[in-house]
Amino acid sequence: MGKRVGIETSIAAAEAVKMANVDVVAAYPITPQTHIVEHLSEFVADGVLDAEFVPVESEHSAMSVCCGSSAVGARTFTCTSSQGLALMNEIVFIASALRLPIVMILANRSLSSPLSIWNDHTDVMSVRDVGWIQLFTENAQEVFDHVFFAFRVAEDPKVSFPVMVNVDGFILTHVIEPVEFWDQEQVDRYLPEFKPVHRLHPDNPTTMGAFAMPGLFAETKKAQDEALKSTMPVILKAWKEMGEMVGRHYHPVEGYQTEGAETLILTMGSMGETASIAVDRLRAQGKPVGQLKIRLWRPFPFKEFREAAKGAKHIIVLDRAISYSGPGGPVASEIRAALYGEKDMPIVTNFIAGLAGRDVTPGDFINMYDQTIDMAKGNVRQEDYIFYGVRE
Amino acid sequence: MENLSVFASRLVSKKEYFTPGHRACQGCAEALAVRLVAKALGNNVVVASATGCMEIVSSPLPFTNWGVPWIHVAFENAAAVATGAESGFKALIRKGKLEDKGTVFLGMGGDGGTSDIGLQALSGALERGHNFLYVCYDNEAYMNTGIQRSSSTPFGASTTTSPAGKVKAGQVTWKKNMAEIAVAHNIPYVATACPSYPIDLIHKVQKAARIKGPAYVHVLSVCPTGWRIPTSIAVSIGRLAVETGVFPLYEVENGKYKITVDVGELRPVEEYLKPQGRFRHLTPELIEEIQKRVTKEYEKLKAKTKL
Repeated sequence: MGKRVGIETSIAAAEAVKMANVDVVAAYPITPQTHIVEHLSEFVADGVLDAEFVPVESEHSAMSVCCGSSAVGARTFTCTSSQGLALMNEIVFIASALRLPIVMILANRSLSSPLSIWNDHTDVMSVRDVGWIQLFTENAQEVFDHVFFAFRVAEDPKVSFPVMVNVDGFILTHVIEPVEFWDQEQVDRYLPEFKPVHRLHPDNPTTMGAFAMPGLFAETKKAQDEALKSTMPVILKAWKEMGEMVGRHYHPVEGYQTEGAETLILTMGSMGETASIAVDRLRAQGKPVGQLKIRLWRPFPFKEFREAAKGAKHIIVLDRAISYSGPGGPVASEIRAALYGEKDMPIVTNFIAGLAGRDVTPGDFINMYDQTIDMAKGNVRQEDYIFYGVRE
Repeated sequence: MENLSVFASRLVSKKEYFTPGHRACQGCAEALAVRLVAKALGNNVVVASATGCMEIVSSPLPFTNWGVPWIHVAFENAAAVATGAESGFKALIRKGKLEDKGTVFLGMGGDGGTSDIGLQALSGALERGHNFLYVCYDNEAYMNTGIQRSSSTPFGASTTTSPAGKVKAGQVTWKKNMAEIAVAHNIPYVATACPSYPIDLIHKVQKAARIKGPAYVHVLSVCPTGWRIPTSIAVSIGRLAVETGVFPLYEVENGKYKITVDVGELRPVEEYLKPQGRFRHLTPELIEEIQKRVTKEYEKLKAKTKL
């Protein structure tokens, strides 16, 4: 077992990328992702990481360079945030359609306007349908572990899709937490050398990125959708083996205090730990409350989620992004859709909170719970979504 | 250009890496240029193409005209993708995971993908000093989408978004000088070329590939469809562009300018403009204005060769 150190999450992430022996890093600086790229460029400058660090002139070029390097069979990493993700958006779609196993850490941040550098999930929710494998992390250890996981899953020949690891900006990227490092030997055992299914090489010329007429386009897209859905066994196996190796067991949907829970608080990302404290306090008051955390956002774990939600009367969904004038926050919409038609379908209450760095405390979660129970009693009308804690 | 006393086509490989059967328009000199560049580079190359005519005509799923590894990602990023491929090779070779066979990395795009939407990615790639070559196939408008003006469209040309109307005589701005923009990056090699001068073009592309570091070749690619000329005169119009001084053929090697095809006394620009439908509306006064500009620019270029 490796050493246990107190380390900033971003530095831990950079250390993991180094231990994954990445070949190419292409990135453009944007707050709050900067510490990750700074440390990676330091590693390259010091010769402790043998990689090409490509200091591109924009995020659009960052993802484009990543496409080029991944297409020739190089292990490729990038990270960005917010406006940077929006700028590279066009190429994010193409990376998955070309089946390029790029790994990206997304330091989650709000999108302008008003300009804000602070954390919420507006950026990631804007790329829900790009066809990447997307997962969320809650603490520095999870970020560290999931760098290896991301490369392993992405580069598996049965997968060959890019993977996005979501890390809450500042709240997670900039905090110092205890991280148990892996031994390099464990990394090498867990993460085999990247052997691309196809690579651009003069020895065996291939054409990548063709255009499709209407007669073929839909077929390529259905194939892509089926391929993404069929990554689940590889994902589960990669988590299982990691659990066996380092003793931390991850799942697409994770529960906390779900036994006998009538109300479940559902979170994604770093707010999960805050919600857990609220759950403990409510349980101490004898309230039947539990928690669900969606770790795997794409491919969406329908089976695991429905299983986990079974028996609950209420699900409180915390959304950290807005779908303006839509049916609810993006997470709540999906949760409602996933539950639709299920027997004894729970009522989903949707709170939009924690926008652009606004704190959400355990007390806030308790308030959300109280409001939900109040609404269930019919005292207050159930809205599609509720902005929580916003001054009128 | 070398003074050759043999039949020039014998000097060119018969092997095709941009194969027949592509869907370019009849008389497309851009396809001819791509074919010559592919010949010049041979099979040890990785190509990153921008969206545009050449991408569309050569890669309709499930077919391809490319006998060399080829990737298309998007419109504005060919230089970034090419340098990504170059970086990947560099790392893999250094780490002993790939054998170093001296593979060449080519980014290519049209004038829109290069001088407009792709200028930032190209500038970044040139500035970063990657060992790669970028070729711009300049047909002086967005031909793929239907002949809309670009910053590379010449003054006076009528396009679908710079139409000659009652008060405006087509494009009102002067052509952006991409070769000079590339030179301003202080890269080791910049050249202009035209498929109407195939040996000159091939030599430049091969030199650009040989030179370590970034190289840029700007290829005037006559487009009969967009320029509104008979398909049979695409090659001769290219020659006229050079002979009138509208598009001089030169190279800049480590900052040193050299005119590679010395045409002697320039022919009047009118000879170049007259056969083209896109310039049909030009008045003698406007032609005179263009003549003055061409003469001045040519003199400026000649002065640089004497530095």
